[in-house]
Amino acid sequence: MAQADAGVAPLSMGRPRKEKLVTADGMPLKRALQRAERRRKLAAFLLVAPLLAFLLTVFIFPIGQMMWRSVDNPQVVNALPRTLEALRGWDGQELPEEPVFAALHADFMADADRPRREQAIGPLGIRLNYEVSAARGAISRTARNVASFEAPYREAFLDEHRLWGDPNLWRIIQREGRPLTMSYYVAALDREFDEDGRIVQRDENRRIYVNLFGRTLALSVGITLLCFLLGFPIAYWMSVLPMRYANLLMICVLLPFWTSLLVRTTAWIVLLQQQGVINTLLVQLGIIADENRLSMIYNMTGTIIAMTHILLPFMVLPLYSVMRTIPPSYMRAAKSLGATPFTAFRRVYFPQTLPGIGAGAVLVFIISIGYYITPALVGGQSGRMISNEIARHMQQSLNWGLAAALGTMLLVGVLILYWAYNRLVGADSLKFN
Amino acid sequence: MGLPPYASTGERIWYYAFRGICIAIFFFLLAPILIMIPLSFNAQPFFTFTREMLTLQPEGFSLRWYRDFLGSASWLRSIQNSFIIGAAATVLATTLGTLAALGLSRAQMPFKGLIMGILISPIIVPLIISAAGMFFFFSSVNLAQTYIGVILAHTALGVPFVVITVTATLVGFDESLTRAAASLGASPTRTFFKITMPLILPGVISGALFAFITSFDEIVIVLFVAGVEQRTIPREMWSGIREQISPTILAVATILVLLSIALLTTVELLRRRSERIRGLSPG
Amino acid sequence: MKQRTLKLIGAGGAVSLLALSAAHADDPVSLTIVSWGGAYTQSQIRAYHEPWMELNPHVTIINDDGSANALAGLRAQAQAGNVTWDLVDMLPSDAQLACDEGIIMPIDHDAVLAAAPDGTPPTEDFLPGSLGECFIPQIVYSTVLAFRPDAFPDDNQPTSIADLFDVENFPGRRALQDRPGTNLEWALYADGVDPDDIYDVLSTPEGVDRAFAKLDTIKDHIVFWTEGAQAPQLLADGEVVMATGYNGRMFDAIEVEGMAADIIWDGQVVEWDGWVVPADGPNIDAVMEYLYFATDTQRLADQASFISYGPARASSAELVGEHADLGIDMNEHMPTAPENYFAPIVLDNDFWVDYGDELRERFANWMLQ
Repeated sequence: MAQADAGVAPLSMGRPRKEKLVTADGMPLKRALQRAERRRKLAAFLLVAPLLAFLLTVFIFPIGQMMWRSVDNPQVVNALPRTLEALRGWDGQELPEEPVFAALHADFMADADRPRREQAIGPLGIRLNYEVSAARGAISRTARNVASFEAPYREAFLDEHRLWGDPNLWRIIQREGRPLTMSYYVAALDREFDEDGRIVQRDENRRIYVNLFGRTLALSVGITLLCFLLGFPIAYWMSVLPMRYANLLMICVLLPFWTSLLVRTTAWIVLLQQQGVINTLLVQLGIIADENRLSMIYNMTGTIIAMTHILLPFMVLPLYSVMRTIPPSYMRAAKSLGATPFTAFRRVYFPQTLPGIGAGAVLVFIISIGYYITPALVGGQSGRMISNEIARHMQQSLNWGLAAALGTMLLVGVLILYWAYNRLVGADSLKFN
Repeated sequence: MGLPPYASTGERIWYYAFRGICIAIFFFLLAPILIMIPLSFNAQPFFTFTREMLTLQPEGFSLRWYRDFLGSASWLRSIQNSFIIGAAATVLATTLGTLAALGLSRAQMPFKGLIMGILISPIIVPLIISAAGMFFFFSSVNLAQTYIGVILAHTALGVPFVVITVTATLVGFDESLTRAAASLGASPTRTFFKITMPLILPGVISGALFAFITSFDEIVIVLFVAGVEQRTIPREMWSGIREQISPTILAVATILVLLSIALLTTVELLRRRSERIRGLSPG
Repeated sequence: MKQRTLKLIGAGGAVSLLALSAAHADDPVSLTIVSWGGAYTQSQIRAYHEPWMELNPHVTIINDDGSANALAGLRAQAQAGNVTWDLVDMLPSDAQLACDEGIIMPIDHDAVLAAAPDGTPPTEDFLPGSLGECFIPQIVYSTVLAFRPDAFPDDNQPTSIADLFDVENFPGRRALQDRPGTNLEWALYADGVDPDDIYDVLSTPEGVDRAFAKLDTIKDHIVFWTEGAQAPQLLADGEVVMATGYNGRMFDAIEVEGMAADIIWDGQVVEWDGWVVPADGPNIDAVMEYLYFATDTQRLADQASFISYGPARASSAELVGEHADLGIDMNEHMPTAPENYFAPIVLDNDFWVDYGDELRERFANWMLQ
């Protein structure tokens, strides 16, 4: 698009004409025009440059930095350089020999001499504990007592903690002894490395993330579908009403859109909770018994209802703007040619709304797939989505590598969807009023 | 869509059923928001209408939750924070965004698609990912738990709206007006302020309002990047909901609904004005 | 400044001297203290912060209720080299992790804390097993089971943890915390494991399977809670008939708010909670002066008159009196009161630090099923 426009623009502008007059000083017209064109390009770019630089710094770079964490793996390399050197050539089967344990001892001793903040053994324990339980305890206990170890070190380490005698721990040290790792992604796909270093599925009772991605997808599809079912009729109604009424109804769509997200979430808590408006109403009307109040919140139902309400305007707005442009005469023509109202709708009207449906659906889907706040507040356990798990690893379990891996997978998914959206309707059609 | 006199019974039933369905959907959209307003005047700490309220007795209503709200230091600080952060982010986002939109709508702009993609990426990327990235980045440059950090983050989130609305206004912009000004001897700066600015102003203002409401309503970034001193209204509401919901939150919500009605009205008026002005200009 | 602090520590417990020193200090200091929020922060404000600020008018204390995510905050601040927190209230397991990472300060308890009024050094006065390398305990709290008496007939009220797992005799929804800690211990306890053997059993894969199998029996009746305040709220709202929760929150809801519920002390899971000092904090000296005051025998006893958590010092126990506002005797509400401490399970932090990652995954998977 940029090239096509650039071809015609210079001729229609003011400046080049002036330079056409001064070609007498030796400048060929073509070059003068090219130079003016370059200058214009530069001027246009300079206008965009501040914002571009700003976003690259505070937005794109931080996200890249976060993604980097999903493969960054400095802990073992920093803490155990000598051990890794000694482990080179280890076949991964039998327990390593004395030289490896001597190197391990040297690494522990070297670490104790570093200033406290630069010590690498603490982070090493936390890192290895992601791969094998009790590793952190083994390492911190060893670190406390290692100064009193005497050769042969192998026995000394084995006496200190049984885990040092586990070849699996050594395989993990060897595998994670590289500055980059795939293991966060392996974990994010509910997989792990087996004894031969192959990637296999985890025990069934430890699989979480694939299910959660699946549930997030299913919830997003469900919410998109609900938004479509609710949004289509009202968008249609608004599109056939006279402008005056349509504008009035439009305000009813825009008011929720402009209302704070937390206010809307609060509203649903007030309505749906056990002592809330709806349950109390049902009890007072005698529809349900007082002890059988419905559980509509802190579960998947709560997430679906609240998110559908929050995202419905994103479906209605593009639908409405497409429907407004469909001439009513098409339907009349179809009917006059003998189509039943349903056939006319299905064969003539509906296909013309498809761009609006596509735009609305992708928009709702993209937003809901990364949603965090509403599921966190009203979702309980069954209404949790992948974002909530990312937040948990960010703030509570502090497995930032895993959080970054999950986040990167989510981001790639959303970007693919956005790319599809762009192909479908063009980014320019993102409008908000 | 009136019902023609020759409509069959089936058509009649469908016509009224369809209207009924639509009204029910509008009810679903509006009722939850509106129902909080009377409940916020509840004299009792409940989320249901008391008998006194239903029979409209004055003792069923009170302003106690509003007094609670206005008497709480942390709520008041959050209001102040929301406005400081919102205003600063809006000014930054509007300035940067308007400049960029002017550049982007020039025909000579190179790599338009790519740059547009980058500029609107903050509203495409899920907030939790932006928040995680900014949490690490701002921590590493000493901007975490500072006003500047939150303001910069909110500026980034608000920028796409300004770019989109101003670019949309510029689509109908008639370049011959600036050329006319230039040919009459106006400097580029003078041309901008006298010709361009007044014409794109509605777009700029509605972009600014979008940027403001984005910051005003934002919570995920605040959860990750802000410290206790930068808590905004949504952050206080988040604590309130997670800890214990008292009707004070409904009082806050009611005030915010009124605020959004005011903002909505402003944007709507601006949009009409913009259409009117553009209707006057040729092309 | 540092020298003065040390000298004062030598003087031992003389609050008036500290106040004198404060009068000489010119520069206003603002301390950011991170804690758990709600009634708990209120008790700290009234028992520690307000008296300290009264003695030291140049000190202002800013309360941040970020303890739930304290480890994340400490780590981020340390990586940035920009530590803004002065003092953090956290659990000993998190404190141990932070200590291993070197982002909080090791504490020489006898050197920096006040001795008991009778001269007993802190390392002997604080309850056995409560001190950590970088951790200064404040309170003993416990996770207990509470229930609504009106949900069950008078002749069939729940009395034990076993009843939590008995949906036949005690029907209704139960609220449990959404993490494995406490829940797995109780599952084994209800399944007949002796409290002293619980962690030995839980260290084996069979033991973990056994705990989850027990939890499976009530799975369809569980509502999960995340934040401490939600548990009493769920009980009060009638969303559940039983809820697990922190004993102080339950006390607050029952005694202060008047909620109709009773606490079951059987199998209470006991844990410490306390202070850690971020390394390279902005006001280390001022914080150490504050800590010397806030963890002395009288202050710890004072906190118990605002919330029903037990003081972590043996010497504070006899000073525990009445609730400051309600006037009820607080001793019988302490987790450590003999009539409540008949079958306690002491939470094993080393176990959770080692096995927590794996068990959290399994628990998350279990909740999702």
